[in-house]
Amino acid sequence: MARILAVDDSRSMRQMVAFTLSSAGHEIAEAEDGQQALNLAQSGAYDLVLADVNMPVMDGISLVRKLRELPSYRFTPVLMLTTEAGDDKKSEGRSAGATGWIVKPFNPEQLLSTISRVLS
Amino acid sequence: MTATANPPPAAPAATPVAPAATPAVGEAAEGHTQEYLTFCLGEEEYGVDILKVQEIRSYDTVTRLPAAPSYIKGVINLRGTIVPIVDMRLRFAMAEARYDEFTVMIVLSVAGRIVGLVVDGVSDVITLADTQIRPAPEMSSKALDGRFITGLGALEERLLILIDIEALISGEALGLVADAAAETH
Amino acid sequence: MNVDLSQFHQTFFDESFEGLDAMEAGLLGLDPAQPVDPETVNAIFRAAHSIKGGAGTFGFVEIGGFTHLLETLLDELRAGQRAWDASLVELLLQCVDSTRGMLQAAQQGEPGGADAALEAQLQQVLASAAPATGAEHSPAAADPACTAGWHIDFRPEPDIAQQGNDPLRLLRALAELGPLDVECDTAALRPLAEHDAECCPLGWRIRLQAPVEEAAIREVFAWVDDACELQIRPSVDTADGPGSASPGTASSGTAHPGTAKLGDDVAAATEAPASGAPANAAPTASPVAAPAPTPREGGGSIRVGVDKIDALINLVGELVITQAMLRQRVQGLDPVEHESLLGGIGQLEQNTRHLQEAVMATRMLPVDVVFSRFPRVVRDVAVQLGKQVRLQTSGEGAELDKGVIEKIVDPLNHIVRNAIDHGIEPAAERTAAGKAAEATLRLSAWHQGGHILIQVADDGRGLDREKILATAQARGLEVEPDLPDAAVWDLIFAPGFSTAQAVTDLSGRGVGMDVVRRNISSLGGQVDIASERGQGTRVTIRLPLTLAILDGMTVRVGQEILVVPIAAVIESLQIEPAALRSLAGEQGLLQVRDEYLPLLRLDAVLGYGASAGSTAADADAAPRLAVVVESQREKLALVVDELLGQQQVVVKNLETHYRPVPGVAGATILGDGRVALILDVGGVPRRPPVSTAA
Repeated sequence: MARILAVDDSRSMRQMVAFTLSSAGHEIAEAEDGQQALNLAQSGAYDLVLADVNMPVMDGISLVRKLRELPSYRFTPVLMLTTEAGDDKKSEGRSAGATGWIVKPFNPEQLLSTISRVLS
Repeated sequence: MTATANPPPAAPAATPVAPAATPAVGEAAEGHTQEYLTFCLGEEEYGVDILKVQEIRSYDTVTRLPAAPSYIKGVINLRGTIVPIVDMRLRFAMAEARYDEFTVMIVLSVAGRIVGLVVDGVSDVITLADTQIRPAPEMSSKALDGRFITGLGALEERLLILIDIEALISGEALGLVADAAAETH
Repeated sequence: MNVDLSQFHQTFFDESFEGLDAMEAGLLGLDPAQPVDPETVNAIFRAAHSIKGGAGTFGFVEIGGFTHLLETLLDELRAGQRAWDASLVELLLQCVDSTRGMLQAAQQGEPGGADAALEAQLQQVLASAAPATGAEHSPAAADPACTAGWHIDFRPEPDIAQQGNDPLRLLRALAELGPLDVECDTAALRPLAEHDAECCPLGWRIRLQAPVEEAAIREVFAWVDDACELQIRPSVDTADGPGSASPGTASSGTAHPGTAKLGDDVAAATEAPASGAPANAAPTASPVAAPAPTPREGGGSIRVGVDKIDALINLVGELVITQAMLRQRVQGLDPVEHESLLGGIGQLEQNTRHLQEAVMATRMLPVDVVFSRFPRVVRDVAVQLGKQVRLQTSGEGAELDKGVIEKIVDPLNHIVRNAIDHGIEPAAERTAAGKAAEATLRLSAWHQGGHILIQVADDGRGLDREKILATAQARGLEVEPDLPDAAVWDLIFAPGFSTAQAVTDLSGRGVGMDVVRRNISSLGGQVDIASERGQGTRVTIRLPLTLAILDGMTVRVGQEILVVPIAAVIESLQIEPAALRSLAGEQGLLQVRDEYLPLLRLDAVLGYGASAGSTAADADAAPRLAVVVESQREKLALVVDELLGQQQVVVKNLETHYRPVPGVAGATILGDGRVALILDVGGVPRRPPVSTAA
């Protein structure tokens, strides 16, 4: 199964994502902002990064940009967790190098099925 | 008190069942059984749902409570929890009660409350099928009025008065609950 | 997979309340007249955003809807599309309150919709001068009819893989819709020697033979539709010409300025891979595992349920009792013969005490938890009364027990409202008196002994001695005109007392200072007032740090052992028969120096007398020992039979399994395992119980 880095400043969201993914057999690491995520990404290898857009310290868009600068994360799928209102954010995320997005609110089933699209 | 437990050949015993559920008569669930702890108060024999019984202890020194009726003996320390003790004999059966090495307390845990009941003695644990339980006739006991009786259990020669312990403890009869106390005093 | 989302609700509520507090603090700190700090606005926005996201995910539809409006407004403010003004701050504060209310209702499982008026107001603000957003590009309300199949031309931009998107994966996803004929266009492919491995100069012509909707196909390409050329045409019949442009044809942007720029960035980064990234992460690049549940504030903390802490406290309480029992058991032993045992018991006693202190400390919270709500309270009350008030707080770090904190909120709230309502003058009156127009309200806390003192001080007009005396007389209270000031101020705590000329909806809501004092003394605390005419008023609350342990004096009454809280004890004394004054129908009075104190026989008023076998006459004959206690400014002399000592006791709740008993604050377990009742000095009945002599 995959090693997934979940980044969100909301505890409940992290709990939900982590519980869902680890129940599906994945290995999860959590970070509560972009900077923490970047630190973790550098010290470990992840198959997929799930990142919220709005976060303190370093937001999700900056995180993707920084990740794409790291040689080992140039091709790693990065999915943005975004709200339906965030059309601008979607294209911003994509031009920063995000693979795709998961629109909030989402439920565990949607999360798993979206993730399976990039973890084939 | 020589009667032995006599479980009818039926479904597994100790099925948790709401004690307030009116025992069905005759035609109802044939195989349904429940276990009861039996005890004596004066000349009568009573039964309580065994699932509500936490433990049985010998009578211990109690700390008296101010402004309490005589049948509330006081409180004891039950492993760090302060538990009130009610002498059922004083409350229901008789004016005088002896305390000796045979006096026991049944500690019950009902609806989140723990309470110890002092009785004359604990007899045994019996299993009754629904078919062995008859509805309580009015005023069937000297001690308890009909509200607290779920039925009468017949086992060989014995007649057990089955107590709705939840109603008894959370109602005003024992004065354990705040509102009831305000009315009584 | 079936995940029960309700397991995350508590976390959602917790973080949402925290978020609302942060929003509130941020809003209160905003001065619309000054340039607004973008990070403050960002933080406010993020809090609303998170609540909205969580509410949607966890199924709180109404909260999600309401906070969506809130978020939209904040987003406009954040983006500078809308200017801050005071009325917006006010509106947003109201929204914070409303959201909090909705969350509380949801937490209780109650239905709670949004405040319709507020929601309408929010919508109105949003509609007014809303930034013109371009009409939504409607995704080609194309031919909804399904066709037999589709022709798809797909040519991703060469660097598509650098978004983590793999064209092969897209083709596989497409294959799930139906059988595919795929033709790869390799025209742009360079000779191997020149090939850039990270580039994908390929295109695909795909025929999908399935009657699916166009939307399903677009869905597959959704993540890449602006990073590729994509044409989707229905294949009405098998031999259609590429020229027949059908209505369903759409093509997405080809040359994206943004993409080109990104390409440059990436190239730059590849050239110097070591430059940017490591520098960024250097200081904290430690392999910390999941730092997830760590709240941001302060050096590493974890959230623990109060029930777990209370369970721990109970266990330590048990340990304390066991230890006290052991100590009692070994008391008679020969210290030489049992040196190591006694030494061990001594060590155990010390360790137990430290353990108890450490566990108690986990329940301690900084008083800031309470203070932090007052900027809002002060602001609201001041605005409502048209007064200018500045709030100063100090000592926010002083800690006290969570249980005490929860119970101090209401009394403190009342005192603060009172201070602004009654103490602080309108600006005009202040300037006329030569004071600054803006009043200062100081909220401070500090530790003193085993207590915490919390003080509310204003620089208002001070208490009016004459008015208080007049009101007291009008209320039928006994007053002497030459009462000392302190005694006059104390009248404010008399039941039903209020000096407000007009009953405002702020402090005149029927809850008086008498309730404040009662609540505080039920916590084992005291409240005092000091005031200076024209200078201001100081209300000081003195509270024990914790309700879970108590310093007690153990006394014997008949055969019972009672614990009297030391905090209430003034002195204990031998009763001289000459000092006794009997009073008709009363228990009697005891003269202590120049005071006459009501003398209460504990055995009688607590109803112990009857079964001790002594008659009332017997009991009357020989009261020898009295403990003088003070409660709510009143002194009492309690008759006891023996003073046993002083000890710290663990307070147990009697009401967990029994009803409240007048005069009893709780119970504790003594060293020998017996239960002793803790006296509620303020609640001791003045007469023996009537009905329960049986």
